[in-house]
Amino acid sequence: MPITTVHVNRYYLEPRMNWASFYAVISGVNRHSTGIGRVWLSVLFIFRLLVLVVAAESVWGDEKAHFTCNTQQPGCNSVCYDHFFPISHIRLWALQLIMVSSPALLVAMHVAHRRHLDKKLYRRTGRGSPKELEQLKLQKMKITGALWWTYIISLLFRVLFESAFMYLFYRIYPGYKMFRLVKCDSYPCPNTVDCFVSRPTEKTVFTVFMLAVSGVCILLNITEVVFLVARATSQHLNNSKDSPLGAWITQKLFSY
Amino acid sequence: MNWGTLYTQLTGVNRHSTSLGKIWLSVLFIFRVSVLVVAAETVWSDEQADFVCNTLQPGCENVCYDHFFPISHVRLWCLQLIFASTPPLLVAMYVAHRRHEDKRGILCASRSRAKQEEDLESLRKRRLPITGALWWVYAASLLFRLLFEAVFMYALYAIYDGVWLPRLVRCEEVPCPNEVDCFVSRPTEKTVFTVFMAAASGACMVLNVAELAYLVAKAATRGPARRGVRKGQADYAAKDKGLLQMMRNETLMASSSSVSSACKAV
Repeated sequence: MPITTVHVNRYYLEPRMNWASFYAVISGVNRHSTGIGRVWLSVLFIFRLLVLVVAAESVWGDEKAHFTCNTQQPGCNSVCYDHFFPISHIRLWALQLIMVSSPALLVAMHVAHRRHLDKKLYRRTGRGSPKELEQLKLQKMKITGALWWTYIISLLFRVLFESAFMYLFYRIYPGYKMFRLVKCDSYPCPNTVDCFVSRPTEKTVFTVFMLAVSGVCILLNITEVVFLVARATSQHLNNSKDSPLGAWITQKLFSY
Repeated sequence: MNWGTLYTQLTGVNRHSTSLGKIWLSVLFIFRVSVLVVAAETVWSDEQADFVCNTLQPGCENVCYDHFFPISHVRLWCLQLIFASTPPLLVAMYVAHRRHEDKRGILCASRSRAKQEEDLESLRKRRLPITGALWWVYAASLLFRLLFEAVFMYALYAIYDGVWLPRLVRCEEVPCPNEVDCFVSRPTEKTVFTVFMAAASGACMVLNVAELAYLVAKAATRGPARRGVRKGQADYAAKDKGLLQMMRNETLMASSSSVSSACKAV
C-alpha cells in the first residue's frame, strides 16, 4: 500500500476557532439584552453563523477551481471568474456577520462602564466586600437612561448594516438565482466563450436561505426597537405625576 | 498562526488600558484579525496556484509570480498585526514587575497572615493608575504602535503601488520567451479586502493618536492639581507609595534580626 502524506489543512481549524471566540464575546452581551435580543442572537448563531461555517463554506469551496470556460486560452478562466464574481457570497456574508455583531460591543462597553461606576459607588458607601462586588457582577443591568439610548442606537446600526449588505448583494448579484451558464468575452478570451458555474442550484438554495434569515433578523431588530420605545413611553405615562411630559401625553390621549 | 494565544495575552493587558485602548483592542480583533483569518486567508489561498501565464515555458509562471508578489498581502498583514500587538505586552511586563515589587513589600511586612492575604488579594484586583513611570511606558508603547502601523502601511503601498490589484500583468523575466500576459487570481475581491484592511489600520492609528493626546492632556491637567489637596489618581498613587513606606517602617521598627535579606532590599 503506498504511503500517503496527510496534509492537515490548518485553514479549516483556524476559522472555526475564531468564530468560537467571536461567539464567546458576543454571547456575553446576551445577559443584558431583552428577550427579543436573545432570540435575535440565537437566530444569528444557529441559522446564519452555523449554516455559514458548516454548510455554505463547503458549497462555495470549489467555486473557482470548478468554474470552467469552454476555451484553452490561459487566463480566460481567471478573468471571467473575476468579472462575474467580484466578491464571493461567502465573504460578503462573513463581513455582514462581523459588522452586524459589532454594535453589540457598544452595549457591552457601556455596561462595563456602568459596572465600574457602581463598583466605585459601592466602595465609597462602605459596601466594598468581595462578596457584594461579586453580586454586583452577576446582577442584570436594567435598560434605562443612557444605556437605553446606547441600546437603541446599537439596534439602529444593526438594521442599517443589514440593509446595507442586502442592498450591496442586490447590486452585485441582481436577482438571487445563480446561473448555470454565463457568457464571457473579456480579454484574453478569444471570442464570447461559455463559462459554467459550479453547483448553481445548491448555491441558489443557500443564497435564498441566508437572505431570508437576514430579513427575519431585520424584523426582529425593528420589533425590539418598537418594544423598547413602547416600554419607555408606558413608563413615562405611569410616572406622569412626576413628569410634565407624561402628564401632557396622558391628558392628550385620554381627552378623546 | 495562533491568534487565540495573542488574544489571551492582550485581554490581560486590557485591564490597565484606558477606554480608548480597550476600543483599539476590540477594533483590532474584530475588524482585523477576524477578517484576516475568516475571509482574507481564503481569498489569497490560491494566489500562486491560480496565477496563470499565457505560455507553456516551465518556470515562467514561478518567476513572474515572484516578481510581481515579493511578499503576499496576507503575510504582510500578519506581521503588521504581530508588531502592532507587541508594545502593549511591554506595558503588561512593566505592570507585572511593579506587582512583583509590591507583593514583596506586602510579604516582608510583619503583619498578620489574614491581613497579608487581604492585601495580596486587593493588589491582584487593583487597577494601577497610569502615572509616573507607567505613563511613560504606556506612551512609549503607543508611539511604537503608531510607528509599526505606519511602516507596514507604507511598505504595502510601496511594494504594490497602491491598493488596487490589476487583472493582467505583463512579464518578461527569464525564462519567459518574450513579454507574456499573466493573470492574477480574484483581483477584485483582493482589492476589496486590501481597502478594508487599510481602512481598519487607519482607524487603529487614529485611535492610537487620540489615546496619546488624551494621556498627554491628562498628565498636563494633573500636574498643577497635584499641588492642591484633592482626591484624585495622583493621591491614589501617593497612597500606594505611602502604604509601602508604612510597611517598610513597620519592618524596620520590628527586631532587625528577624528580617530576611530579601526584605532588606525592598
